[in-house]
Amino acid sequence: MASFDPPENSASIVSVTDRVKSIDLGSAVTAIHFLGDVAAFVGDEEAVTLVTPEAETTRLPIHSGAVLCVASDGNRIVTGGDDGKVVQLSRKGEVTTLATDAKRRWIDNVALHDDGAVAWSSGKTAFVRSVKGEEKSHEVKSTVGGLAFAPKGLRLAISHYNGVSLWFPNMAATPEGLEWAGSHLGVTFSPDNKFLITAMHEPALHGWRLADARHMRMTGYPSRVRSMSWNGSGKLLATSGADTVIIWPFASKDGPMGKEPAMLAPVPARVSAVACHPREDILAAGYTNGTILLVRITDGAEILVRKNDDAAVTALGWNAKGSLLAFAVGDGKAGLLTL
Amino acid sequence: MSESTAADKIPVTVLTGYLGAGKTTLLNRILSENHGKKYAVIVNEFGEIGIDNDLIIGADEEVFEMNNGCVCCTVRGDLVRILEGLMKRKGKFDAIIVETTGLADPAPVAQTFFVDEDVQENARLDAVVTVADAKWLSDRLKDAPEAKNQIAFADVIVLNKTDLVTPAELAEVEGRIHAINPYAKLHRTERCQVALSDVLERGAFDLDRILEIEPEFLEADDHDHDHHDHDHEHCHDENCGHDHHHHGHDHHHDHGHGHGMKHYHDEDMQSLSLRTSKALDPSKFMPWLQQLVATEGQKILRSKGILSFTGDDDRYVFQGVHMMLEGTHQRPWKDGEPRESRLVFIGRELPEQAIRDGFEQCVTT
Repeated sequence: MASFDPPENSASIVSVTDRVKSIDLGSAVTAIHFLGDVAAFVGDEEAVTLVTPEAETTRLPIHSGAVLCVASDGNRIVTGGDDGKVVQLSRKGEVTTLATDAKRRWIDNVALHDDGAVAWSSGKTAFVRSVKGEEKSHEVKSTVGGLAFAPKGLRLAISHYNGVSLWFPNMAATPEGLEWAGSHLGVTFSPDNKFLITAMHEPALHGWRLADARHMRMTGYPSRVRSMSWNGSGKLLATSGADTVIIWPFASKDGPMGKEPAMLAPVPARVSAVACHPREDILAAGYTNGTILLVRITDGAEILVRKNDDAAVTALGWNAKGSLLAFAVGDGKAGLLTL
Repeated sequence: MSESTAADKIPVTVLTGYLGAGKTTLLNRILSENHGKKYAVIVNEFGEIGIDNDLIIGADEEVFEMNNGCVCCTVRGDLVRILEGLMKRKGKFDAIIVETTGLADPAPVAQTFFVDEDVQENARLDAVVTVADAKWLSDRLKDAPEAKNQIAFADVIVLNKTDLVTPAELAEVEGRIHAINPYAKLHRTERCQVALSDVLERGAFDLDRILEIEPEFLEADDHDHDHHDHDHEHCHDENCGHDHHHHGHDHHHDHGHGHGMKHYHDEDMQSLSLRTSKALDPSKFMPWLQQLVATEGQKILRSKGILSFTGDDDRYVFQGVHMMLEGTHQRPWKDGEPRESRLVFIGRELPEQAIRDGFEQCVTT
């Protein structure tokens, strides 16, 4: 990436703030996903705003209340709302309701499989709908904290209080349980399918090596980890929650056990969002004071994308090529950076 | 830590009460009355609320232990999640009401507001309101520890169904409540007909209002005290219907003794108040208090205090729920204001003498 070229020993940080197209969305954004080169800013409430690379905007209503969860596979975005609906937005901009909870319960989590399957949860129940439209459900002991499909096979990780259940929706067997005391929220598989990591309610991550369920404790965060992002090679996990970006190494067979994480881009504020570049070893980091930095993972070199102000960065997203970075801050300030 | 001010935070009222006491009646009143406010309501059972409101959310009342080595440090996991979801709709409602099941312990709900950073950032606990059944509470206090917890924990007690009891029965149940928790505001009602301003927006957990909203806090259990430097409306139910605007020495005489109110002692749950007009040594007091809640925190349901430290011209206020404490320098002592320290503990089988002795050690001589 030619644009990422910080000079050696520069006195002040290199800035690309003048290359950011500002967008005023007028309301808070919960997640950003790209559909091709169109950035979809998913609002905290009601609507998605599509933004072209030329910064032309289109607002599409998706829920009648809060948008509680979002997932994307690059071809579509699926959301769950407090209106009890699971809604899909296609690359063509078509909005369809995939499911409606019979009791209008909140849809707390959604996940997408590369083969087209969709999962969602409401309360203690996780649902999976296959590409063929076949729907199955599984109830866990406590409210589902997060959902993630394994990279291979139709296997769903369901995080909850005191652990994670690994469910094969197409098999009758009882789901395998990974136990660890505490409340497990966000959950993610390593792209090589060797590790499973959860963000806990406490300021910590917990991981399991899937081959033998060996535990990995990743602690030391001052606040809850809300944002996790695998780098392009899938060997590093970048996380929010501290005043630096905390990056855990997963290249060896033991994962991060016995190793120190990398701590990059210290700022006098907490990291609130991270998004790794899809190909290069570069990440975008957003902070609670509104700062956004591009950080080269190999040496920690930084480029300023946005200066600090009062509000926190709520979402970051790259397009698949890694040529566009979109961000959202506070109650609806947003921007698009072309690299 | 938090940059939001108390005013920006959404007030949360916790509504407890034993099975059948009238929680749903009160909730329906709050939702149907024309007060111009919109409430988000977190209920344990859908369908009991007869009002259409897209901000009624069903909860599973999941109590989670925190991984911090503190055995009584439990939070409501479902509440953390629901509040986070509700905050996306900030601006669509003015306040939140959390209804617990009849058998619930209010502590995990309250502790959620002490422990969870995100909850603290956006919401503040306003008060624990307990609805009690005048006819059956006396019996429940004997056989249901949950009912006793709910009374002990309360900031406001709505003593409901008073039309179904005799004056003697009413005196007995009020006496029993008083024995457990003399600091809660008590309101006698029929069909939960209580002014909503008496149950909502109480600021009971606002450190700045520890005194202002709870004159009983100053005066209960304290019959030889003759300072009256405040002028709040005083509506203790024993005194209601009498001149409760009047503040004089004879108030104390009425309080607890007048009108034939019986004195009860609850073997199990008590309150304990401490006071001194001598300054406290902060280097002794703070470690003592922390040690006390660390070792006896399971027994201590609520604690509050206003403190005068040596060499400190600020009033220090604190409150706690079980092992969790929060405190702050509130404001400078006013000229002429007596620099007194007062503490209150409400709890189960409190080691009274040990607490009194320990406190005595913190007083400067």
